[in-house]
Amino acid sequence: MTDNTPHLKVNPALLKRRNAAEKRFRFYGLAAVMTAVLVLCLLLTSIISKGYTAFQQTYILVDIRLDAETIDPKGTKRVEDLAAASYRGLLRSALREQFPGVEGRKAKRALYGIVASGAEFDVRDAVLNNPKLVGTTATIAVKSSDDVDSFYKGYIPRDVPESNRKVKDRELVWLDTLSADDRIVKQFNVDFFTHGDSREPEEAGILGAVIGSLYTLAITLALCFPIGVLTAIYLEEFAPTNKWTDLIEVNINNLAAVPSIVFGLLGLAIFLNFMGLPRSAPIVGGMVLALMTLPTIIIASRAALKAVPPSIREAALGIGASRMQTVFHHVLPLAMPGILTGTILGMAQALGETAPLLMIGMVAFIADIPGSMSDAATVLPVQIYLWADSPERGFVEKTSAAIMILLAFLVVMNAIAVILRKRFERRW
Amino acid sequence: MPDTKDHIVSSFDKELRIIHEIIIRMGGMAENQLSESVDALVQRDSAKAELVRKEDAKIDALEEELEAAVIQLIALRQPVANDLRAVIAAFKISSDLERIGDYAKNIAKRSIAINQMPPQKSVTSIMRMSRLVQEIVKDTLDAFSNNDKDRAIDVWHRDEEVDEMYTSLFRELLTYMMEDPRNIGACTHMLFIAKNIERMGDHATNIAETIYYLSTGERIEGKRPKGDRTAFQILTPDDGEGEVEI
Amino acid sequence: MSYAMDMQNYTTQSETATSEPKIMARDVNVFYGPSQALKSIQLDIGANEVTSLIGPSGCGKSTFLRCLNRMNDVIENCTVEGRISLDGVDLYNSGLDPVLLRARVGMVFQKPNPFPKSIFDNIAYGPRLHGTVSNKDELDERVEKSLRRAGLWDEVKDRLDKPGTGLSGGQQQRLCIARAIAINPEVILMDEPCSALDPIATAKIEELIDELRERFTIVIVTHSMQQAARVSQKTAFFHLGELVEVGETDRLFTSPQDDRTQGYITGRFG
Repeated sequence: MTDNTPHLKVNPALLKRRNAAEKRFRFYGLAAVMTAVLVLCLLLTSIISKGYTAFQQTYILVDIRLDAETIDPKGTKRVEDLAAASYRGLLRSALREQFPGVEGRKAKRALYGIVASGAEFDVRDAVLNNPKLVGTTATIAVKSSDDVDSFYKGYIPRDVPESNRKVKDRELVWLDTLSADDRIVKQFNVDFFTHGDSREPEEAGILGAVIGSLYTLAITLALCFPIGVLTAIYLEEFAPTNKWTDLIEVNINNLAAVPSIVFGLLGLAIFLNFMGLPRSAPIVGGMVLALMTLPTIIIASRAALKAVPPSIREAALGIGASRMQTVFHHVLPLAMPGILTGTILGMAQALGETAPLLMIGMVAFIADIPGSMSDAATVLPVQIYLWADSPERGFVEKTSAAIMILLAFLVVMNAIAVILRKRFERRW
Repeated sequence: MPDTKDHIVSSFDKELRIIHEIIIRMGGMAENQLSESVDALVQRDSAKAELVRKEDAKIDALEEELEAAVIQLIALRQPVANDLRAVIAAFKISSDLERIGDYAKNIAKRSIAINQMPPQKSVTSIMRMSRLVQEIVKDTLDAFSNNDKDRAIDVWHRDEEVDEMYTSLFRELLTYMMEDPRNIGACTHMLFIAKNIERMGDHATNIAETIYYLSTGERIEGKRPKGDRTAFQILTPDDGEGEVEI
Repeated sequence: MSYAMDMQNYTTQSETATSEPKIMARDVNVFYGPSQALKSIQLDIGANEVTSLIGPSGCGKSTFLRCLNRMNDVIENCTVEGRISLDGVDLYNSGLDPVLLRARVGMVFQKPNPFPKSIFDNIAYGPRLHGTVSNKDELDERVEKSLRRAGLWDEVKDRLDKPGTGLSGGQQQRLCIARAIAINPEVILMDEPCSALDPIATAKIEELIDELRERFTIVIVTHSMQQAARVSQKTAFFHLGELVEVGETDRLFTSPQDDRTQGYITGRFG
């Protein structure tokens, strides 16, 4: 052998350039990650700073004379009678007594306006909680109106001209008086979690949308998990590779890329117009979202099945298991974490989906909390869309709060995916 | 080389070649020792005989060298098939050659003793016999270096001639001894020399058998030809000779 | 002494070999799509002996092995022509259920592939699957027997509920052998069972193979010619889809008849 090529000599310039290129590349990567983190932080800060106030509600303490004559003329003290009584007059007279100087229809109406339109129900609830209050004068916290609430949360500044201000000078005087008396209190906003939608921001809650979302997702999961997993198993483990399976595969991949609104149109045409299912119902929403999520689950499940090493299949077949036994005893359990992760991520995507639901009428204003899968309902993202579209100042914070709730759901679902993967992951 | 095709690992070939070369060298030396020792006898040249005795150490050294090479090759290469046969054959052949060398040394030793005595008539017969064995040894070595199994078979058959020649020499020497008891000392030496040469022939036959195995992987079929009948011979001073089957 | 015993074994061995072969392959051609992987293979595999299949990569030895328990069925485009019979019953054309065949002809693979389950469940899977045990006690007994036979019992008896994947490579492979013999097959196919193992583990497996020969017919594919020489009674050399030479292992490794065999086993190929 007479290979006289000299041994490698280090070229310092080349080495320097190479190291520099590597350093630059790392820097780019780090910069990209930092940018992403920054944007995410901005987004979260913006949402949380706007939304956290929605979890509090301003209440006004009012001394109400709970006249037994008005509330319970027959003296039965039965809950039905107490509930049926009108508390509006009592509340209004209590307000008038608080501010005796208020005269005239207009001024009186403005005075009544500092409490929420549903404030009388706070009085009723207090009485129902403690019927002994009837006949006494009790200090009851009633919900303030959304403008007053906004004022105390700092969204309505004092120093703008009265004409541009929702809370007028006259009301400011009353509120200051109340503040001085320590009659303005802030409490945790339970109603936000227990009420359905409302036209009044202070009455509007998220529960209707949450329940609607849960029903919808339940339908989606029930439909697309078994269908998706079985399809994936068939395609991956049993189907021969030929033109037809290739075609199916390409179509599934394409379906995953179809804009979601198209699925909405499909749902509108088939489920509503052709099959005559009820509009705005979670059952239809779930079906539409199932169509949309199916390709995701099939693709994720196939990837999970493919990741199971063939040696496991060979081991089972070699011991005399049939192909179905092989799949169900060995392959599927090993692929389950991957399949579940894919499914949960698909569900999370479905949870955040709005467009297809708009097409099947889930965008309607529905104040009731849905009681079944076929009741009209809305879902969290649609609720956010609806509130974001509302003009009242109070809905701004509600929108952000709803986004926070939605994000919390997504985080929880992703966390479940991670936990499942960790728990079921097995070494082979 | 037993096979023209080379190994993928070329150092394997190199090691096999070294072993092969040692055998060729040993063979050449053994052949030379044989002819030199007989020359020393015929020419009554004690100095030459002394040289032969010294030279034997070189054959022994070569055998040791080969033994080491074979052990190393078996340990490191785990040879199989023709490689295995080549290595085992070399091992066996080397010990046969070493024995041939030993016999030559013994002849040389005895020739020094014989040189102290009057010249013997039987030397010519010894010379004839040794020439035949030399030829056989040479042919065997040729068969080895060419991996020629036909030549090996040929050599194998020719050992019979050596045996026959030995039988007749045996008779001749006995006759001399009976003729004149003063010959007994020299003739006994001559008898041993003849036996040594006959044994060399046997070792050459062994080598031929090994070569056949090396080349084909099988043993030579059939019984080994035997011409040496001295083991069965009884001679009495009265009738000269007689044969008894035992 | 031991040599004499070996010789005795050897003679009984050759006696059994002369009886009806366990597996007979006649004119076997295998195609992967258009390319032919095996060409007209004729091979008899004797009962209770170890037959090793050797040859360079891609020579078709694994393909042939996989024909013997119809593992090739799983591969698409794989067609098998000719006749392979087990105890005289055609494997491919007699309506024999491949799943049942695989219970009779067990297999051990190149890479140890225990199920990611407990050691106990790994062994118990086959007997449970085929319903060959009727109660828990029998199952326990079967598991212990299989592990003992695979020489693994003493090492794992205290951790039967631990995952099989936690064992060392050699132990995993012996676990796979125990799993294969738990269903009492007649034939065990081994596809390079030691290629991922260290020499000590390899030696243990080889010793095990020699013991198993008493009850099972073993066919082993190996890349290590020393291994073929050590464990098998018969060796078959495959090259380019052909069966070049088959014979008694000692004969094949000392004086092969075919130049290709000689070239391959002495390292002159290429």
